[in-house]
Amino acid sequence: MTTPALSLDKLNKSFGPAKIINDVSLDIAPGERHAIIGPNGAGKSTLFNLISGLYTPTSGTVSLHGQDISDMPPHEINKLGLSRSFQVSNIFTNMTVRENVRCGVLHSMGQGYAWWRNIGSNKAVQQKTWEVLEHCSLADKANVPAALLPYADQRALEIAITIAGGADVILLDEPTAGMSHSETARAVDLIRRASEGKTLVIVEHDMGVIFDLADRISVLVYGEIIATDKPEGIRGNAAVREAYLGDEALPEEVTA
Amino acid sequence: MSDATQTFQNLAPSAGAKFRQRTLPILIFAACLAAIPMVGPSRTFYTIAHQMGINIVFALSYNMILGKGGLLSFGHAVYFGFGGYVAMHAMNWIEDGSGLWAGFPVFFLPLVGFAGGALAGAIIGWPSCRKAGTTFAMISLGVAELVFAAAFMFDSFFGGEQGISGDRMNGVELFGLSMGPISEVYWFIAFWTVVGLVGMWAFTRTPLGKLSEATRDNAQRVQFIGYNPQRVRYLVFIFAGGFAGLAGGMAAVNYEIFTPDAMSLVPSGFVLIMAYVGGITYFVGPIFGAILLTYMQSMLSDFTEAWLLYLGVLFIAIVMFAPRGIAGIVFGIWDGLRGSNPGQYIAGLLMKLAGILLMLIGLIVLVEVSVRWSNGYGEVYEPFGMHLGHQNVLSWLIIVVTAVAGVALTRYASKDKEAA
Repeated sequence: MTTPALSLDKLNKSFGPAKIINDVSLDIAPGERHAIIGPNGAGKSTLFNLISGLYTPTSGTVSLHGQDISDMPPHEINKLGLSRSFQVSNIFTNMTVRENVRCGVLHSMGQGYAWWRNIGSNKAVQQKTWEVLEHCSLADKANVPAALLPYADQRALEIAITIAGGADVILLDEPTAGMSHSETARAVDLIRRASEGKTLVIVEHDMGVIFDLADRISVLVYGEIIATDKPEGIRGNAAVREAYLGDEALPEEVTA
Repeated sequence: MSDATQTFQNLAPSAGAKFRQRTLPILIFAACLAAIPMVGPSRTFYTIAHQMGINIVFALSYNMILGKGGLLSFGHAVYFGFGGYVAMHAMNWIEDGSGLWAGFPVFFLPLVGFAGGALAGAIIGWPSCRKAGTTFAMISLGVAELVFAAAFMFDSFFGGEQGISGDRMNGVELFGLSMGPISEVYWFIAFWTVVGLVGMWAFTRTPLGKLSEATRDNAQRVQFIGYNPQRVRYLVFIFAGGFAGLAGGMAAVNYEIFTPDAMSLVPSGFVLIMAYVGGITYFVGPIFGAILLTYMQSMLSDFTEAWLLYLGVLFIAIVMFAPRGIAGIVFGIWDGLRGSNPGQYIAGLLMKLAGILLMLIGLIVLVEVSVRWSNGYGEVYEPFGMHLGHQNVLSWLIIVVTAVAGVALTRYASKDKEAA
């Protein structure tokens, strides 16, 4: 077997006496689209924060392409090719859409912390910025201040910044939260295109989106993974149904 | 993904727009500076203009961290001071003619100031830029107090209470400027004001300048596009310190003396007010603020002893009613005039201005009458031949009537605009 793109090994995270993540182990293969589902408060966002370096694990390791990244700060992890989006739009509100994406592009284009060159003079940066904007259907709104974008477009910009740096492992935290049906369809389409040939880990509440996109699904309940399987397997899993009963709609009802 | 052969569409503003919005204003500014000596200005004018030039660079450097970086500092004069002191010492080394300094022109001392300010920024910023927000603000306040206290302990560098003085008419002459007469120093100030302005403008166009804005908006997200926000802040802080030091170097040459007062909390607060009153969300904002406040500081103090009170009222009024500062007001009016209904806009604007003027009259009469009353010298405020003593009912009538009418008119004008 090839080295997994992302590997969690006996990962634990406690805040004081509260154990939020409990012995989570998971291997995600390169190119896989992996969904993480679970009821509210299961620790999905905490798991993302652990993987992306915002939190340091209490014990256990996170590896990216076989390299231990458990103790690295977020920007170092990002440089190794892991990028993430946020549940609430986390964009640069006082900049235009184009400037937002351009910031996301800068690092991968070797611009570093340069103070001796003009940001507008690098053709490769402009080209890549345009490609990402075009890819995310944001090109026509390029010079709109990000704060004035409609909600769905802000979410698209969130994804645009996430993929702009060319990371090959992408974590998306509830990318369709709060969207209407048609907006969700657009977002799913964008995610599918954006994650082509890349490894995708997605946290999502919309079961339709998940069963549509994911190659495999992990179910996180009270900080523990109770099942990891292909969508069909998850649908028929008794433990999963029990965890969800009375909490949220059964996966099979939604996707029937 | 788009195929590689596809030509990309340049989404940046066109070259023409760039010239109009970016290059042209700088050229006009430089042309104004070049034209000023032709009208044969007075000594007083030169004195104020020089102070303005220094303050423009100082306020712009402050806005690198406040407006563009989102860091509130209460101790920016420290870097101005370090730059000034280093330049002052260098001026004396030039006079001694020792070693390399013998061939260093006084004209380039602001570069030495830049180095001094940047070095101070690099040393002090190392611990303080780890945190943003309140922590950063408190550290800056502490550092300012610390440095000011230290200035009286390390006499050989800071010169104690009387400071360090020097003579700018030494060393190599450049551009035929002996640097003696004030009209020659003018070219020195004008040159470095433009250099500082262009330098700081160019900085906003670099990757680091843009990352600084990104870090201000959202430091967390900056981490996830591969950058360390602490490092971004630190680097920006060094540059802001450097440009403050440049202004300090200009001041050292202009005044030929530098005292610890120049790095106390007073100028640190003054630069904050200059930048904020001018408008921190605009690059040009601090320029407006520096010009207006320098003028107020120099001229208003001749007219009234209560000028600091007016400054305070101006600051509070800007913070409460025009948080985007003078630049925001200017650009707002510009947009209004080019809007769909300029006639109506002008009518509303004039009404508002009239209201503000009335309030101002009320305020001035109140302050001037009260100050004279409180002094107890029996002085009477006599504008336009009127005799407004504190026992005169007319004084208080004017105060109340103009203030009430002004508030009413301004409110009416604002309401009218919302309805339109």
